[in-house]
Amino acid sequence: MAERLSNREGIKGMANPTRYGMERFAYWLQRISGLGLLAYLIGHIYETSTILHGKAAWDSMLSLTETPGGHLVLVLVIGMCVFHTGNGIRLMISEGGKGVGKPGQPEYPYRALSLNSKQRLCIWVSIALAALAMMYGAGVLFGD
Amino acid sequence: MATVTVPEEKKIDSTPAAPEESKPKTITLRISRSNPSENLETKFDEFKVPVQKWTTVLEAILYVKSNLDHSVAVRYSCRQASCGSCGMKINGKPRLACYTKISELDSNVITIEPMNNFPIIRDLAVNFDQLISTHKKMKPYIINEESEVQPGTKEFIQTPKDLEKFLQFSYCIKCGLCNSACPTMATDESFIGPQGLAQAYRYTADNRDQGKKDRLKIVDQSHGIWRCHFAGSCSNVCPKGVDPAMAIQLLRGYLLGFRK
Amino acid sequence: MVIKMRESIIMKIHYGTALGAVALVAVHILMRMSQKFTDSLAYQNVMANYHFLPYALMLEVILVLLSVHGFNGLRVILLELKQGVTYERAINYGSIAAMAALIAYGSRTILMAGMGMS
Repeated sequence: MAERLSNREGIKGMANPTRYGMERFAYWLQRISGLGLLAYLIGHIYETSTILHGKAAWDSMLSLTETPGGHLVLVLVIGMCVFHTGNGIRLMISEGGKGVGKPGQPEYPYRALSLNSKQRLCIWVSIALAALAMMYGAGVLFGD
Repeated sequence: MATVTVPEEKKIDSTPAAPEESKPKTITLRISRSNPSENLETKFDEFKVPVQKWTTVLEAILYVKSNLDHSVAVRYSCRQASCGSCGMKINGKPRLACYTKISELDSNVITIEPMNNFPIIRDLAVNFDQLISTHKKMKPYIINEESEVQPGTKEFIQTPKDLEKFLQFSYCIKCGLCNSACPTMATDESFIGPQGLAQAYRYTADNRDQGKKDRLKIVDQSHGIWRCHFAGSCSNVCPKGVDPAMAIQLLRGYLLGFRK
Repeated sequence: MVIKMRESIIMKIHYGTALGAVALVAVHILMRMSQKFTDSLAYQNVMANYHFLPYALMLEVILVLLSVHGFNGLRVILLELKQGVTYERAINYGSIAAMAALIAYGSRTILMAGMGMS
């Protein structure tokens, strides 16, 4: 009701990565990967705690995670980790005011300098590095 | 003595090519209709509108108002992207209706809705109270103990380089498109928003201004500048080249100590 | 008791923990890659890691950095989703509590495994 009255887009609008270009897509990926990594961190801390219950408990936990499904999750985590890092460094530098262009007289058709090719390149490089790391990770995990 | 070079005389073709003929066509305008003061229902009314290649969305809406349904509520004024009144969601993206030609949308069906993140007054007209009050909170004026109007005080000299530091941000027409596109504004009703933050930077970057400390304090709060995640949607839709995303990152530079 | 920290300080911590974590997690992953992955997870190898003090200390630092960074990130997302004094206070204190709980739980593993109490 309140959302209807204020006409806010809500979570659906916030989480929609399909409009407004590459930067909005990177924003969405950064959020998703951040949430995924936090979930993994909690799970990882729980799984490693089983070592306190001895070798049998550790081995039984490993038998649960050392499966094709478990490896697939790990490959995804590697991808999220690399993208979140690469894009996060881009954001940190940009949020300090670097690489977002220099203010000046805007000229028609008024393309925003902050949405420049360097920014997009960094996003693509983060995606590419994530893909490469996932491939390498898959090779190690499934190759064993 | 200055010399003027007169361009060589060119032969003018006596039979100039006829201007490209614009073929009129008919498009369907889907206009969102709602009146929250009566009920929460929203429906779409469809209208067939004849358009030329230069017809703007605003002209199409005004055609509907004049000929098909005069009850469509829309706010507009200058018709030349200067007043910032006719912001609305056109085919899913916030745009100025007077600045958007039907032909550039590449579709025979144009869906028009009120801008998101603003309360609806009726149909396409939205309430700007929050945007204006947030804008005012940013102290959008030069803060300086000295004043040019007081006798005996010096004028504030500014070089073109000084001017360039904030010029583009002063072109904001307060149309609200940036706030409508912002992903944080979609859920955070307390967020200052790209419009207000860009204006905070505009005055902070002005070398005549001494209010930097005040403004930085205002934006450095839990629903302030840090709720921007540089998704760039504000700059993507800005029709005046203000580039609010750039202003926000530059303003953040002060808080992070990268700028003085 | 109301803890008030300026948002710019919180975000500086957010950036700092991110940079620290990137460097240390890289070392953590490289340690897994120093031998065959499945071998590196063998019980005696993992226990040896915990018994090696510098590595255990590094795990502790990673745990703190990632917990602070992760739960502050979650706090930011949750603060943007809904507003209100009670809700925001619950989110702020809740994320500090979650951070502390995760650090405590992880530290317990590092400490007890390091001291051979398993």
